Amino acid sequence: MKMKFITIDKKDWAKGIDKSRETYQLFGPVKDENGCRIDALGADVQPDMNYTDSVLSAKSVLFPQSEKILTTSLDESVEDHHIMKRADTDYTPRAVIGIRPYDAKAVLLVKMNFDTKDYRDPYWCDAYEATTFVGLGINRPGPFDFSTSTGSGPFNEDGLDILLADMDDKFLAKVLTSKGEAFAASCGFDVEADAKESQVLLDVLKKEAESNITAAVETDKLAGKTILDLHEAPFWDDISFSCINCGTCTYVCPTCWCFDIQDENKQKASTRFRNWDSCMAPLFTRHATGHNPRGEKTQRVRQRFMHKLKYFLDKYEEGIMCVGCGRCVKSCPVNIDIREVAKTMNGYEKQE
Amino acid sequence: MDTCIEKIRAIARDLLEKGTVEKVLGFADGTIPMATSPIAITSKEDVDKLTFTSTCGLNLANYASKEKGKIAVIAKGCDSRNLVTHIVENQVQRDNLYIIGVPCTGMVDKVKVASAIEGEISGFEEDGDTLKVTSSLQTLTVDKNDVLKDNCRYCTHRNPVLYDELASDLVEEQELDNPFPDVDAIEALDPEAKWQHFQDLTQNCIRCYACRNACPLCYCPTCFVDESGPQWVGKGQNKTDVDTFHFLRAFHCAGRCTDCGACVEACPMGINVRDFTRKLNKDALDMFGWEAGLDITKRPPLDAYSPEDPNDFIK
Repeated sequence: MKMKFITIDKKDWAKGIDKSRETYQLFGPVKDENGCRIDALGADVQPDMNYTDSVLSAKSVLFPQSEKILTTSLDESVEDHHIMKRADTDYTPRAVIGIRPYDAKAVLLVKMNFDTKDYRDPYWCDAYEATTFVGLGINRPGPFDFSTSTGSGPFNEDGLDILLADMDDKFLAKVLTSKGEAFAASCGFDVEADAKESQVLLDVLKKEAESNITAAVETDKLAGKTILDLHEAPFWDDISFSCINCGTCTYVCPTCWCFDIQDENKQKASTRFRNWDSCMAPLFTRHATGHNPRGEKTQRVRQRFMHKLKYFLDKYEEGIMCVGCGRCVKSCPVNIDIREVAKTMNGYEKQE
Repeated sequence: MDTCIEKIRAIARDLLEKGTVEKVLGFADGTIPMATSPIAITSKEDVDKLTFTSTCGLNLANYASKEKGKIAVIAKGCDSRNLVTHIVENQVQRDNLYIIGVPCTGMVDKVKVASAIEGEISGFEEDGDTLKVTSSLQTLTVDKNDVLKDNCRYCTHRNPVLYDELASDLVEEQELDNPFPDVDAIEALDPEAKWQHFQDLTQNCIRCYACRNACPLCYCPTCFVDESGPQWVGKGQNKTDVDTFHFLRAFHCAGRCTDCGACVEACPMGINVRDFTRKLNKDALDMFGWEAGLDITKRPPLDAYSPEDPNDFIK
């Protein structure tokens, strides 16, 4: 498909979004008393396109905190009792409106884990394939945003089907894929704009936004270090001292994808759930024997940062497992800052 | 409070130099505005890392009980009450603690400050009760007393109740006509509205357990929600499971909670976790004349037998 630009007058926006509901289940930013969250939009709810950020990322659109994946009956008189079958999940087209570019980039990083050449996670991949990502560029990145140093950025197009730029009275939409084209058509947005001129406008906004980002994460030397040197480095006790081992950082993170499987029975109906897990939790990687290779706080904190900044980097050679949204930095109750940890790891030289 | 930091550092330096303690637990500056981070100082060269501002809302008693050996702890009124509770509950030995008391004029509610200003906060300075808050869009001057954490507004123990040394002069305690107006408001609701209030309260809970883990009372080696054999509570987002966690945790804190507000401070979802514990604090006061953590010789009311108990069942 050839990339194209369209302009959307903000007066027509709500009507177009409503029209798309005939084909798509919509997700988007919703304001609540706690700021903002990315959630399924009720029939009369419009996405809040003026939001600055959300405590939780958009990952739950594809990877809900608690997802029913399989069900069965425990009633032995029923045919196929005790045989787990796919839950009745709705995989009709969905669109997430106003997703931030770093959250869309995060979807691609998560995809590396859920869609590999050896194994395709059906729940995540089916949801992914059903979803159209309509991103909203960030004109004024906040002080916590360090996305440019992770290979994303306020107008990064990775993982998006449409990139919207807020131009006061209108949105400029860069339609990037055929999925995006189909979504725009379902809204009735069809005022095509000159591609060259529009790209210039977009580039100006992008440059301006990127120049506002002053925070960064240092990762350039991480690939050259050995896993064992970093693993055995002396700084982990210091880094983890203040950590209270809550799950905040992992739950607000758009790239944390660890999960736990739980079976729950209600009378004769049995359901298998997939829940977000957290490397901070005491049950994380606890073996059936009771042994846990990460039984202590320091080991759990180390796991989080080694996974994001070293194991993932080495395994896929596609950068770190962090998109620089800054949510964990902002929400951590004790201010453990991934940028500081990365700097410490990046600058570490083993003393012989 | 800004003047006490030099005194805190001097005391810490002296203690480490003389070897009176192995570590000093305090707060260090964070990497973003309004953030501080608990820190353990082991060498006198590092005492300048210590800070004390009105953003030190976590409770250091939580860290003290995890240490071995003799340590010093910087303690606000509430921290000192939790240290008392820890001593009573045998979590720390009094002899292993050197308490650096910090009379406190209240901590700042970061959510209140954030909602007072347009744009994301990029700078925060305090000078006495005057707070200067900056974002990319505006600069605001705010009176600290207008943005205090709710637990600090209703605090009647700003001065440490147990200490070895003070970092500044004692402050005047607040005289309140009613320290529990929030509980009264909930008590006045009819049963349906009351139930709905607590249903709404946990609506956004993501079960990260930051409230529990920031709480000095929650020191069970394995919390009931983390048991897996047997498993007492479902681990997903089923509302009954989420509520079971909050209700049970609150009851475990009955007669022990000092209303330090660390749970609210730590919650990433802005849940007023104190709504669960405040009623129990009020009941402890009304029924037993008890406020937690004031006296190292007394056990909490639900953990003690007294012939003077006003209830009939015990006689």
